[in-house]
Amino acid sequence: MTPLLQVETIAKFYGSRIGCADVSFDLYPGEVMGIVGESGSGKSTLLNCLAGHLTPDRGAVRFDTRAQGLRDTITMSEPERRMLGRTDWAFVHQHARDGLRMNVSAGGNVGERLMAVNARHYGDIRNEAIDWLGRVEITEDRIDDRPTAFSGGMQQRLQIARNLVTGPRLVFMDEPTGGLDVSVQARLLDLLRGLVREMNLSAIIVTHDLAVVRLLADRLMVMKDGHVIETGLTDQVLDDPQHAYTQLLVSSVLQV
Amino acid sequence: MSDYNFAYLDEQTKRMIRRAILKGLAIPGYQVPFASREMPMPYGWGTGGVQVSAAVLTPDDTFKVIDQGADDTTNAVSIRRFFQKTAGVAVTEATSEASVIQTRHRIPEQDLRADQILVYQVPIPEPLRFLEPSEVETRKMHALEEYGLMHVKLYEDISQHGDIATAYAYPVKVEGRYVMDPSPIPKFDNPKLEMAGIQLFGAGREQRIYAIPPYTQVVSLDFDDYPFQPTKADHACDLCGAEDSYLDELIVDDAGGRMFMCSDTDYCATRRKQGHVGAQGVPYKEDAA
Ligand SMILES: Nc1ncnc2c1ncn2[C@@H]1O[C@H](COP(=O)(O)OP(=O)(O)OP(=O)(O)O)[C@@H](O)[C@H]1O
Ligand SMILES: [Mg+2]
Ligand SMILES: [Zn+2]
Repeated sequence: MTPLLQVETIAKFYGSRIGCADVSFDLYPGEVMGIVGESGSGKSTLLNCLAGHLTPDRGAVRFDTRAQGLRDTITMSEPERRMLGRTDWAFVHQHARDGLRMNVSAGGNVGERLMAVNARHYGDIRNEAIDWLGRVEITEDRIDDRPTAFSGGMQQRLQIARNLVTGPRLVFMDEPTGGLDVSVQARLLDLLRGLVREMNLSAIIVTHDLAVVRLLADRLMVMKDGHVIETGLTDQVLDDPQHAYTQLLVSSVLQV
Repeated sequence: MSDYNFAYLDEQTKRMIRRAILKGLAIPGYQVPFASREMPMPYGWGTGGVQVSAAVLTPDDTFKVIDQGADDTTNAVSIRRFFQKTAGVAVTEATSEASVIQTRHRIPEQDLRADQILVYQVPIPEPLRFLEPSEVETRKMHALEEYGLMHVKLYEDISQHGDIATAYAYPVKVEGRYVMDPSPIPKFDNPKLEMAGIQLFGAGREQRIYAIPPYTQVVSLDFDDYPFQPTKADHACDLCGAEDSYLDELIVDDAGGRMFMCSDTDYCATRRKQGHVGAQGVPYKEDAA
């Protein structure tokens, strides 16, 4: 089977400071990969390199495109990469305001990606927006409200709807539950798990919350100082960590 | 008069502006940056349009200025006087007699000919600005033809007002490529953007020039189920009876009496001279004009 994403020895430096280095892995369709590690370990840097937001200094990121199979997204033209960014890829930011247009209604936010790929029937766009708002548990009567009138949890659910409306084949998420109250996190996590299963989503999720990966990720990568130090099936890594740092990470969570 | 170079700007500046104009004509709807000069008038008075007019005027030209369709507003009178003084060109209020027409907020009712140039004063040239404040990002959107955001604006219009409420500066796509702000003309004027004359747009503060060459395709953006409609008040002109012209509404007395009249004053006067009389009009007399 062709991997959906093939990452080969990616490295990104900020001057002489290491962002991430020597990261390689394959992601297969329908798979959810979790990336964990302490603050500053390079999780966001890696994710942004994979999603085309940052240009890595070394390595290749090959995506199984619809038309031409595996293509290196780093060397492809910017228009092609941006096209992927609003069709086959989705990016869920930690802070909803980074991923939403705060001066546009909820319906407009969800509809934007549809209009970006030339949807030109208002009624259809609106119906699709209503459908997707429903799927993230936002009632239809909020469709014309701006995200500024929404709670943090609602904003995050709106961001997810806005991203998933075009049926992306790969979803990048950077701390999707970060910064939310614990009870709100649980509900969002539940919703995400439902969507991942229902849509058979392929995703890469960055988090430092092990509960998030336990629930969502099939596989896990543990990062430290820009490098991947352990990788494996989620349950295996969490229940029987091999690397001393992973053992520490797992145990410190258990103490919480 | 001898204190100024012809049309106020020095020859080098005019050449620089002409280059921007030619580039604009070569790439219809594309915003060409130019080094806007200080003009002896405030920005709100259309310094972008004034600089473009200065660059295209020749001593043989006949110049007309309209503001909201009228030749007699302070703004129109000042700009007309400015070029009378600095370029010594002939001026006119008659659309058919003008070779260069500078305008704010309207396109003349009368069809322009191939030997006429229409110069627009533009306050905000970037149609995507409303939703995307970053200049870097909007340039990229134009370069890559990523115009989905323009429809988000129309979507918001319909969701809030039940219809596309944008009545002025209604966005258009030029020759199937660049999305362009036609300046704050009423959308009633949008169909006239496909014309025989040359159209030049100048934004002074924002330092942009763009253009529509003659007979270029200009399509107003819309949705399949909410098609573009070039609406106007559902009346005839009360002075000249015209049913096809854009109308201004005027409150005429304390009792709420109102009156509709052509916003294009030359068009209205010409019709009245020809003997057309509207519902509240009186027959045209030379001294009453
Ligand atoms: N724009 C930048 N300029 C310079 N250094 C940066 C920049 N962004 C990140 N870094 C550095 O790169 C390293 C990795 O940072 P990164 O943000 O990827 O970590 P992270 O694992 O996402 O952390 P967190 O959990 O806090 O979000 C850190 O040392 C960080 O200081
Ligand atoms: Mg991070
Ligand atoms: Zn009239």
